[in-house]
Amino acid sequence: MKQGALWRTVKLGVSSLLLHKLRSALTTMGVLFGVSSVIAMLAIGEGASAEAQEQIRLLGSNNIILRSVKPREDFATGSGQTTRVVAYGLLEDDLERIEKTFPGVARVVPVREIYEEVRFGDRAMNPRVMATLPVYREVTNRVMYEGRFLSDQDMERVANVCVLSDTVANYLFPVDSPLGKTVKIGADYYTVVGVLLSRVRQQSDAAPAGKSTAEVFIPLETGRKWYGTMQVKMRAGSREMEEVELHEIVVEVADPKHVPMVAAASREMLRRNHKQADYEDIVPLELLLRAEETKRIFNIVLGSIASISLLVGGIGIMNVMLATVTERTREIGIRRALGAKRRHIVTQFLVETVVLSVGGGLFGVALGLLVPALVEHFAEMRTIITPSAPIVAFAISAGIGVVFGIYPAWRAATMDPVEALRHE
Amino acid sequence: MGQANSDTPVAELVDVTRVYRMGGNTVRALDGFSHAFGRGEYWAIMGSSGSGKSTLLNVLACIDRPTRGVYKVDGIDTGKLDDDELSELRSRKLGFVFQAYNLIPQLDVLENIMTPLFYQDDPPADGEARARKLAERVGLAQRLDHRPMQLSGGQQQRVAIARSLVNQPALILADEATGNLDSATALEILALFDELHAEGRTIVMVTHEADVGERAQHVMRLKDGRIESIIRNQHTSERSEYYAPASTAQDARDEQIAHRGDL
Ligand SMILES: Nc1ncnc2c1ncn2[C@@H]1O[C@H](COP(=O)(O)OP(=O)(O)OP(=O)(O)O)[C@@H](O)[C@H]1O
Ligand SMILES: [Mg+2]
Repeated sequence: MKQGALWRTVKLGVSSLLLHKLRSALTTMGVLFGVSSVIAMLAIGEGASAEAQEQIRLLGSNNIILRSVKPREDFATGSGQTTRVVAYGLLEDDLERIEKTFPGVARVVPVREIYEEVRFGDRAMNPRVMATLPVYREVTNRVMYEGRFLSDQDMERVANVCVLSDTVANYLFPVDSPLGKTVKIGADYYTVVGVLLSRVRQQSDAAPAGKSTAEVFIPLETGRKWYGTMQVKMRAGSREMEEVELHEIVVEVADPKHVPMVAAASREMLRRNHKQADYEDIVPLELLLRAEETKRIFNIVLGSIASISLLVGGIGIMNVMLATVTERTREIGIRRALGAKRRHIVTQFLVETVVLSVGGGLFGVALGLLVPALVEHFAEMRTIITPSAPIVAFAISAGIGVVFGIYPAWRAATMDPVEALRHE
Repeated sequence: MGQANSDTPVAELVDVTRVYRMGGNTVRALDGFSHAFGRGEYWAIMGSSGSGKSTLLNVLACIDRPTRGVYKVDGIDTGKLDDDELSELRSRKLGFVFQAYNLIPQLDVLENIMTPLFYQDDPPADGEARARKLAERVGLAQRLDHRPMQLSGGQQQRVAIARSLVNQPALILADEATGNLDSATALEILALFDELHAEGRTIVMVTHEADVGERAQHVMRLKDGRIESIIRNQHTSERSEYYAPASTAQDARDEQIAHRGDL
């Protein structure tokens, strides 16, 4: 068909549809909502999964994080004022085994937490105070805001230096730079040598809730020297003694391919060495795989819902087109009598159906782009619109027009012209 | 489809039978009908209801196929054509005027007139110019962008006539083309047909009204799908002058004046 003829057919289709504006508008709704919900849901799902994956990746996909967890108390706690000693958690012995016997491990970083208040002048807070090695920053992919992280000399000299996370720095030093200033941790004084960027919006999964972004780092040796493994923890009126050798061990695996193997080995080792479940492990790579699996399932579910809603939209269009063909039987007869070939009639009704579905598709894409923007704005959720999503959705809606338009168009084209002309 | 030489009949039917089956009954709407419509002739087809007039016209228009027999348009045997070829034949050689005007409501006057050309495999380049000229000829040059709904019955029928002429057909078919019009408007339309005849076009018109039939060159009476009689009118040209549209309009004005005089 020539270009002019196609254009004329489209124009005719549009003007035929405009004869029944409300009906045409309602007919497009099915496709409209189908397409827009697909785009919006994809954008939201895509955003959520990107967020999760990014957070997991920040933990380091080469890493395995082992953490001490206080075991569940099976017995009832005594009266409020008793002092008990609870010993649990990772041991120096675990660290040594991992370092010495595990193949494929690049670096192992122990962390001890110190339950002390951090104070500058009259401002005080209770961040996670962590005594660790200088490589901690590198292994956990953290970024300096200013100054430097802990150094090997700090370790050798058992220096009283500390690095603050920006959350802590902002709170204790609202105006000045904290570099060179002295903060008090417990009873001792520490010189601030650097400020580390916080991991924003870290998930509770990856770090203990609450204090996750308020962190202070001191050299491991300094921590060992000044604070024993036995520490007092105040809790809702009861004083509790805790004995924890190491709070966290970050194991860096040289080759990401070996992460599952090292993870399995460390689980096995810990299971043998610990009588109670006083530790947990976080394997970001496994979380990542799980997140991807979740996303895959989400996509399958989404795809099914989308297919069903588009199918329903398509059936709606077909229904209306069948009614239209019956209604316009006489017009079909006239056109046939004037010389229209079957293909002209097919094209005419097919174009009309495609105009309906593509119209629905266009508005659907517009709505589908608007909704994620609103969600992002009001729900403060991240959304990602993959460029292919609107294109695919649009192509599908056009395809629906063709698929569901063929039968009504065929019905129109195969009518007997004489019968059609006699139709009222 | 070249132009056949002028001796070939425009439409030739040989022993054409059209049978309708309704359950166990069979109706022979046309029963061994044979006739040749010559070039430039003006025929009126008459007969009682159910005598097969519309069936004949549908066969002539190639929208219905005979059950038996041969129908040739301009020497082309329509029995050998497939659906597409028949459609092409309709859009090139045939013009159809219906009782109910049958314009397409979504299209304006100009587009309606041009419709048969849209469906030709190789439409003429001057189609729009032709359509404008025809619109002018039927007195609707000022109404080109109007939709059928905005026109009176007579105006719609004039658009339909313009449409039937746009493809310069070999044969113009009209099924009770004046049936829905009041007598004054009907006379205007008939005058248009007279003009077409005078130009040498071939016209076959079905009608119930004797005075319409008298304007044609020949009147064919059908009965039970067969030819009952053929009459040749002698005074065609005189009558056409007598019913000229100018005098009709004059009559109408005279009548109005007479009414005013009464008051
Ligand atoms: N589609 C059909 N199915 C069955 N019978 C039909 C059909 N069309 C026409 N007939 C029959 O064929 C015969 C001729 O019909 P046709 O329409 O040609 O008559 P006509 O002369 O045009 O009548 P009228 O003056 O009422 O229009 C009639 O007996 C009619 O009942
Ligand atoms: Mg009839």
